[in-house]
Amino acid sequence: MKAFRIIQRSIRDAFKSVFRNFSLSMASILCATITLLVVSLSMVIAANIENATTKLESELSIVVYLEKSATEEDANFLKSTIEKIESVDEVVYKNKDEWKLEMSEYNSSLGNVFENYENNPLLDSFVVTVKDANKLENVTEKIRELDKIESANYGEDAVNTIISTFDIVEKATIVIVIALIFVTAFLITNTIKLTIYSRRNEIEIMRLVGSSNTAIKLPFVFEGFIIGLLGSLIPVIITIYGYIIGYERLNGHIISEMIKLISPYNFVFYVALVTVGLGSLIGMLGSLLAVRKYLKI
Amino acid sequence: MKFIELKNVNKTYSTGVTAIADMSVVIDKGEFVFVIGHTACGKSTFIKMLYREEKPTKGSVVVGGVNVAKLRNGRVYKLRRKIGVVFQDFKLLPKLTVYENVAFALECLGISSKEIKPKVLKAIEIVGLKEKARSFPHQLSGGEKQRVCIARAIVNEPKLLICDEPTGNLDPDTSKEIMKVIDNINKDLKTTVIMATHDKEIVNRMKKRVLLIEHGVLTGDYLKGSYKSHEGV
Repeated sequence: MKAFRIIQRSIRDAFKSVFRNFSLSMASILCATITLLVVSLSMVIAANIENATTKLESELSIVVYLEKSATEEDANFLKSTIEKIESVDEVVYKNKDEWKLEMSEYNSSLGNVFENYENNPLLDSFVVTVKDANKLENVTEKIRELDKIESANYGEDAVNTIISTFDIVEKATIVIVIALIFVTAFLITNTIKLTIYSRRNEIEIMRLVGSSNTAIKLPFVFEGFIIGLLGSLIPVIITIYGYIIGYERLNGHIISEMIKLISPYNFVFYVALVTVGLGSLIGMLGSLLAVRKYLKI
Repeated sequence: MKFIELKNVNKTYSTGVTAIADMSVVIDKGEFVFVIGHTACGKSTFIKMLYREEKPTKGSVVVGGVNVAKLRNGRVYKLRRKIGVVFQDFKLLPKLTVYENVAFALECLGISSKEIKPKVLKAIEIVGLKEKARSFPHQLSGGEKQRVCIARAIVNEPKLLICDEPTGNLDPDTSKEIMKVIDNINKDLKTTVIMATHDKEIVNRMKKRVLLIEHGVLTGDYLKGSYKSHEGV
């Protein structure tokens, strides 16, 4: 019963204290708002970069041409062999007649050129996609080693550059988001420390009248939670509405159709949840750390 | 009946300064004891050791049957519930009324508001502040603030009342009134009182037991009324 009363009192005091020390609470809430806004925006950007690069990478493929002498049987055998290579995602067979039709439709003058040939001069082919773009080179090498293969190419240098650039961009965004979370934790913790510093008398009295450390910490932890929660409200609203509106205005892609944005539902709600979670968690931990300083026995 | 017993107590701070050296003293239940000495003589350390704000480096400090020196950190709060502390600088919470300041001490302990009300009203009455229960600290005089501090210290009916220079910030007339309040608590509630002070006038007038500390050493233990300020401090 006593423990229940202490918890009840802690929650009541936490709310009271946020309003009683309004200017200091506001400072902490504003600090949380600004930093969490930066964090949630960076999470949105990082997730979209990650999504776009993964998507672009997944569209990279190896074009394999078979030798002229390859029969349909050879093609079937090669298809199943390539499918067994590690990291291969899909192997699509495209025979020379399909190529001819596609190229003629794309450019009529090419169609005229093909008319001059008695036999189709093109080669049967496979379009091979891989699960991990970093394995493109490796898989290509293995395909080249097979019999009845005329050539296997994936764009080599240009693609290698794209992949390594994407890798750097992905890693950099993750590092930036983590760094921002740390900065946020540091700033929120320090503003909460200021709030608690102004109430060290309160803590000292609680200690001397015989409150247990847990009973002293509780109201401050709840207060930190409230500050973090209130601080995350504006970032959450901006993230949800901002992203949905932005997505609709940009028609779901940015710069070109190739760079697609992540569909807002449920993505924004996940980001909002993480922002609220981060805010309240940092608020609680910040308060806890700050109170502990005044809790020498 | 023994209530406090210090045996060969030493306290050396991490800076190397020895605040208390080989101190042994016994204080009985219900006694009123002054602790006097020059600034930085070890008075505050002696007092702080009683409520385990400081831990002795050597020796034992027994308060109400508990060896405070060996008390685990997690159990210190239980000791403090039996002790009331009055400070020179009052340490009142500025945004709480007199009633709320006193009630705060009980609320922290998870006591129900039904039980809190009569206890707080009684404590406020003992210190003579019934009329000011709804006032805020900034509306009170220095003496009144100290009365609130005393009410907060006694509201939980402690066995021991520790006063650290309670009249240090007050004028002589107000000091007299405060001493009267503390003396009444000692007599009426049978609370043991230990008070550190610089005020020779009070010590001479009150004629209580006096402990004189010099450079961390207990150099004098004067029984009721046998101390005269010209003898030392």
